[in-house]
Amino acid sequence: MTQPLLDVDKLSVTFQLPTGPVTAVKDVSFSIAEGETLALVGESGSGKSVTSTAAMRLLPELAKTTGAIRFNGENLLEVSAKRMRRVRGNDISMIFQEPMTSLNPLHRIGRQIGEVLVKHKGLKGDANRRRVLELLNQVGIPEPERRFSSYPYELSGGQRQRVMIAMALACEPKLLIADEPTTALDVTVQAQILDLLKSLQTQYGMAILFITHDLSIVRHFADHVAVMRQGEVVESGRTVEVFDAPQHDYTRMLLDAIPRGRKVPAPADAPVMLSARDVKVRFTTKRRLFGGNDHFEAVRGIDLTVRRGETLGIVGESGSGKSTLGRALLRLLKSEGDIRFEETDLAPLDKSGMRPLRSKLQVVFQDPFGSLSPRMTVGDIISEGLKVHRPEMNRRQREAEVIAALEEVALDPGMRNRYPHEFSGGQRQRIAIARALILKPELLLLDEPTSALDRSVQVRVIDLLRDLQAKYGLTYLFISHDLSVVRALSDDVLVMKEGRVIEQGPVETIFTSPKEPYTQALLKAAFLEEEVAA
Amino acid sequence: MLIYTLKRLLQAIPTLLIVITISFFLMRVAPGGPFDGERQLPPEIEANLEAAYHLDEPLPMQYLRYMGNLLHGDFGPSFKYKDFSVTELIMQGFPVSLEIGGLAILLALIIGLPLGIAAAIKRNSTVDYLVMGTALTGIAVPNFVLAPIFALVFGVLLAWLPAGGWNGGALPNLVLPVVALSIQQIAYIARMMRASMIEVLGSHFIRTARAKGLNEGEVIFRHAIRTALLPVMSYLGPAIAGIITGSVVIEQIFGIPGIGRYFVQGALNRDYTLVMGTVVFYGVLIVLMNLIVDLLYSALDPQIRYDD
Amino acid sequence: MTSESKPYSGDNADGAPLPAGGPNPPRAPEPETTAAPAASAAPAGESLARDAWRRLSQNRAAMASLALLIAIILVCIAGPWFLPWGLAEVDWNAFGTGPTLENAHFLGTDANGRDLLTRVLYGGRVSLSVALVASFVSLVIGVLYGAISGYLGGRVDNLMMRFVDIMYSLPFMFLVILLMVVFGRNIFLIYAAIGAVEWLDMARIVRGQTLALKRREFIEAAHALGVRDTKIVTRHLIPNAIGPVIIYVTLTVPKVILLESFLSFLGLGVQEPLTSWGVLISEGVDMMESAPWMLLVPSFFLAATLFCLNFLGDGLRDALDPRTR
Repeated sequence: MTQPLLDVDKLSVTFQLPTGPVTAVKDVSFSIAEGETLALVGESGSGKSVTSTAAMRLLPELAKTTGAIRFNGENLLEVSAKRMRRVRGNDISMIFQEPMTSLNPLHRIGRQIGEVLVKHKGLKGDANRRRVLELLNQVGIPEPERRFSSYPYELSGGQRQRVMIAMALACEPKLLIADEPTTALDVTVQAQILDLLKSLQTQYGMAILFITHDLSIVRHFADHVAVMRQGEVVESGRTVEVFDAPQHDYTRMLLDAIPRGRKVPAPADAPVMLSARDVKVRFTTKRRLFGGNDHFEAVRGIDLTVRRGETLGIVGESGSGKSTLGRALLRLLKSEGDIRFEETDLAPLDKSGMRPLRSKLQVVFQDPFGSLSPRMTVGDIISEGLKVHRPEMNRRQREAEVIAALEEVALDPGMRNRYPHEFSGGQRQRIAIARALILKPELLLLDEPTSALDRSVQVRVIDLLRDLQAKYGLTYLFISHDLSVVRALSDDVLVMKEGRVIEQGPVETIFTSPKEPYTQALLKAAFLEEEVAA
Repeated sequence: MLIYTLKRLLQAIPTLLIVITISFFLMRVAPGGPFDGERQLPPEIEANLEAAYHLDEPLPMQYLRYMGNLLHGDFGPSFKYKDFSVTELIMQGFPVSLEIGGLAILLALIIGLPLGIAAAIKRNSTVDYLVMGTALTGIAVPNFVLAPIFALVFGVLLAWLPAGGWNGGALPNLVLPVVALSIQQIAYIARMMRASMIEVLGSHFIRTARAKGLNEGEVIFRHAIRTALLPVMSYLGPAIAGIITGSVVIEQIFGIPGIGRYFVQGALNRDYTLVMGTVVFYGVLIVLMNLIVDLLYSALDPQIRYDD
Repeated sequence: MTSESKPYSGDNADGAPLPAGGPNPPRAPEPETTAAPAASAAPAGESLARDAWRRLSQNRAAMASLALLIAIILVCIAGPWFLPWGLAEVDWNAFGTGPTLENAHFLGTDANGRDLLTRVLYGGRVSLSVALVASFVSLVIGVLYGAISGYLGGRVDNLMMRFVDIMYSLPFMFLVILLMVVFGRNIFLIYAAIGAVEWLDMARIVRGQTLALKRREFIEAAHALGVRDTKIVTRHLIPNAIGPVIIYVTLTVPKVILLESFLSFLGLGVQEPLTSWGVLISEGVDMMESAPWMLLVPSFFLAATLFCLNFLGDGLRDALDPRTR
């Protein structure tokens, strides 16, 4: 075998924190040959980003590295800072997870890309400009001439990531490190960026070190894979082999952590729980002291019906209006149109009119860090609803209810006097579910309840939601951009784009024979094909 | 841009109206008058004086008259400096105040910014602690304490520089007042620049710049400083206001014939027209300075658009 | 599981803060469900306030400042009772003497033969009381104004904030001076005038906090629970906005002290027989060449107080700022 392009040998990284040393990466070894793609996979805190940042020697000073990172035989951990700067951006370049903030907001696009060429190739003036325009063209930026003198804020997230890629490719590096390059992007954009990376890889013949938490991307993108957990590589090998016959329990668990199964449909004659007609939500975007205001219509006339025990999945990309719709249905936002809950017309109800119904209509939000007040104990958070809806209860009774609710979501009731910041993301989401559950609701709005969680944690939260639905006959409105989760949980699906319904129907129909091109694009981008085939 | 500038100027009008109105009525309800001298004036003479200054007219009339005169740039006659109009006094004092104020703000930027940048780059080092410790001292010791100490040490004990006086704005006479006036602003600017630099140096686009293979000098000078300057720029408005306020005591302590001194003298003497004139003048100045700072800010930040 | 409710049985939880730093700070592996241990008594967690106090108490500069500040306050309050001289009492044997043990003029006397330490301590009472009252006035106005503006939002917010903008561009210092000239140098007027100047920043901060909190999901969750508006404000909004408010108050107090001494220095602050640090400094400047201690002693007290307050403010910001968590 020839010498690998990049050879990471027993790399360890320790952060010297004021609270003591923390080892983020332990004895990690892997190698990448020229032109090949290696995916470094792991959940948050696995040390995958620290590893890749170490290869660029961009870790903060309080990080101590041991081992070796050989690039073409040269140990990058030992070369001079000056030599390292010759490598960065020239032989190895990097793109990051945060396309919105990774570009200098005060410099024009053309200048930012051109800067690398000046630095490493000495390319100036017209030659520089020509090469930058060529690069912008290659990464699929429309109107490169115009974009050359744009500022980053004038570009969308996907376009900014394209600019980052252009910058990274400017000097035709031998290795590109891509650290979660698509995580912050919508699925359809994500697919475009991955396609772009793949075609540029063939064109330039470069190797890619791809860091991701998303296994479906790995399967499509990488030749080799290394699975990391708590700073160690637990398994590595050819992607096909690792996926077909995982050796390590953790890999198996990760691969299994895809929501499987389908929902048992609710009986067709179940009574209608919630129905809405022509719901519209308008936001004021600009207020004037005199004269009219400017408006933006986030939800533009939506009809829907949910029966008792059903789950309606609401799917769409960011900005599609799906969360706004959910909040409007629960009357957390002002809206136009009819909304009926069981026999009650919600439209004419004011705040105090809605209050008795609130215990039946509950909600779980996306952000497990933002949805719990940091200054209240978990017990106070969970019991707050009881104080509103069961004022006859005394403290001891409420405490008993809290304990029961915590047990219901599989949390230790002994933790009830702790504060939210002492819990992990998955635990917080369970607390949020307990807060909703304690009121014995009939309908639960789940607004991306699992998107902020690691895949393995996500699956367990989904299992919990499923069990609770079966046990109490709950009705769910499930808002998500994650199609595999929606598929596993829903009876019906509603696809939204720009405030409108694109397509609507039973889950299997939508997933197996979508009619609208937009739905088809969404499904394709989500890499669900093999599951469909399976 | 031009439209924005005009709009901002228009918005300044109600602000100035408020200033003028408040100060006008405050001065008129004040107990005691401009002619309360050591000797009681005979009633006829006082009545004559009041008539001459239109103080015998009803208040609304006086107000309108004052506003009308203001439009012509006429602040009225000074009650105390009988041979001068307020406009003349202000025009006499302003170049002097402008000189020390302008020099002080310049000095604050020239010294404060590099200190803040150096402290941020050498974060948690001796340099950092030294700069930040000094800055905190600069904030904690007010200029009316510093100025007399400077005058005592450098003016009297060491006798390197004149301890006071203006002397037509000769350089040696400028040094102490300008330094005393700028120290607090140097401290604030250094602290703000440090905090802002530290935040910028931790941001993603700086990581990108390093990943491009740029050296630290290029990273800092080409990418970090300009972004870090933005919050400091928006502090310039308050900084200028602070310098203007500070110049009042500094002019007092060093005996400099600027408008600050006229203001204090006027306030202590109940020289209505002089005090009002200076307040209105300061109001216009501060509003204009804020506008200039905002326009400067827009030159640095492409993201600001002036369509509303 | 027998569940004897003992809400506050234990203390001290191991709420070690997550290490921050690095491009991707290393994190402890995330425990998902916690296997319930036999413990049925619920140990109390560490609240953010206690956590902040712990961080603050580890900051030596801030703690030293706090101690010195408390010492200055106590000495100013209690000191005059133990000193043999009164505020305006003249020692006919000592005009402008330097610090001496004789006749207990520990820090000397002024040109009129009054004991300087006694006067500095009385002056400290005035300066500190102005700081306290004026900061409180600004706190009340600022918090109410900001919270109302932010909570109501929309057009009301727009108008209220435009008013603040106009106030900002007023040459306030000069209006305060005007006020002092017109209404005489009354200490209550100083309280009110300075308080009325300093509330603007507070209003902006509180409004910003309220707006940010209003969008937070836990406020939405409370709405979804049917919690009343008043309860949302008292249980959710205020406790969460209090951190930045505390930080800002510690930064307002030195500003107020400075403003008061500035006015007093110009001869526009408190009047005889009262005195304040600014008045004493101003007197000291006049006597600087013959009796430098008259300038240095009150200056030292003023500077030390401002120094401590600034250090404490910085320390509090570090301790309470969620970003350093």
